[in-house]
Amino acid sequence: MNLTLKIWRQKDANAKGGIVTYQLGGVEPDMSFLEMLDVLNQDLIDKGEEPVVFDHDCREGICGTCSLQINGEPHGPDRLITTCQLHMRMFKDGDTIVIEPFRAKAFPVIKDLIVDRSSFERIQQAGGYVSVNTSGNTQDANAILVPKDKADTAFDAATCIGCGACVAACKNASAMLFTSAKVSQLALLPQGEVEADRRVLAMVEQMDKEGFGNCTNTGACEIECPKGISLENIARMNREYLRASTK
Amino acid sequence: MSGILKSSIARKVVMALSGLFLVLFLLQHFLINFTSVFSATTFNEVSHFMGSNFFVQFLLQPILILGVIIHFVLGFVLEYNNRKARVKKYVRFNGSANSTWMSRNMIWTGLVVLAFLVLHFYDFWFPEIIHKYIQVHPEDPTRYYGETVAKFTDPVRTLLYVISFIFLSLHLLHGFSSSFQSVGWHEKFYKGMRGATVAFSILIPLGFIFIAVYHYFNQV
Repeated sequence: MNLTLKIWRQKDANAKGGIVTYQLGGVEPDMSFLEMLDVLNQDLIDKGEEPVVFDHDCREGICGTCSLQINGEPHGPDRLITTCQLHMRMFKDGDTIVIEPFRAKAFPVIKDLIVDRSSFERIQQAGGYVSVNTSGNTQDANAILVPKDKADTAFDAATCIGCGACVAACKNASAMLFTSAKVSQLALLPQGEVEADRRVLAMVEQMDKEGFGNCTNTGACEIECPKGISLENIARMNREYLRASTK
Repeated sequence: MSGILKSSIARKVVMALSGLFLVLFLLQHFLINFTSVFSATTFNEVSHFMGSNFFVQFLLQPILILGVIIHFVLGFVLEYNNRKARVKKYVRFNGSANSTWMSRNMIWTGLVVLAFLVLHFYDFWFPEIIHKYIQVHPEDPTRYYGETVAKFTDPVRTLLYVISFIFLSLHLLHGFSSSFQSVGWHEKFYKGMRGATVAFSILIPLGFIFIAVYHYFNQV
């Protein structure tokens, strides 16, 4: 396959940045998208140019490190996958592919295609945990019974890998799907009940502080989420928030 | 409780509740207007009641105007904040791949509805207020039908009303069902309501279009 790649290049956080066009040949349909970028980078290194900087780690769709807005969609045109699981067979010979970093005020670009997603970590640190006594008298987790449907729903929410595709896809750059998944996974379980009110108030406050936009229920986040996190989590967080705020 | 109104979720809930309140108003407005199609007398009677009842005029009407103002002002605030949340735009953004046109363009369909409200107030509300409270004419319970249908002799005005109702429908198609999500309804109720909200969002504006077009052709 021969491709035209239009890639966002930005020297550092303060540089203006812009789209640079590259022609790339010899791309195999069975390559992953990141392997295709590896080939491009090898070409650039061979020519003495600086390679394109992009985030990646496990390359198995687990870690949530890879990002990339590909032809206007986070993680590209396929569904329920991360960029590292996207294969070049999704594209045709002669295609032009536009590759950009995830865009949000709360995700500032560090360099080229890498953005700083530590705002997600600060939301999580604000309340996305349960306090456990680790003094040696820790209770067996299995001693607290959890209904199967609740456990399954909590697990579904917990599959969020925090990649930021929800923010990237949302026209408002809202982080409601991420935050609501992190609130839900604990709110649904008895272990999370003790700090439920404090948790949802603190996490939403931090989310707002980070400069994410407001959710307008477009549903783009749910469609683009590589783990299929449901919009129901947002409704649940809205309920939790209203209940906690009016106490 | 003190910081609740500063939060994005609280603002969205207020937006949703004011929207649901306006949906209720829209339904009663449609039902009253629809009487003009089959009975001038009924339309006059209901309009006279609405225009002269103290409870409607001095309690419900101010609440309605407050609801309209809250919905529009908050809409602009949310839009402003949302634009600030992505200062640098994408070179390519494929929104149609994952969301409806209506959901992405609520501000534009809302602005058309706002512009329509200005025209609608110019046509009916301001003349009514001047007639009743400034010029203080004696009550005439038979004037409403004639004054209303007279506006629809103008093809341009009728066309503007039709276009506005199409945009109202587009606004409702996302806004009505979305408001249940904002107030935190369970998914099973929210999805169950989806069909009803879509039917309302199409049928009520279509009904308003029918009324405007009916009175236009009735007078050609």
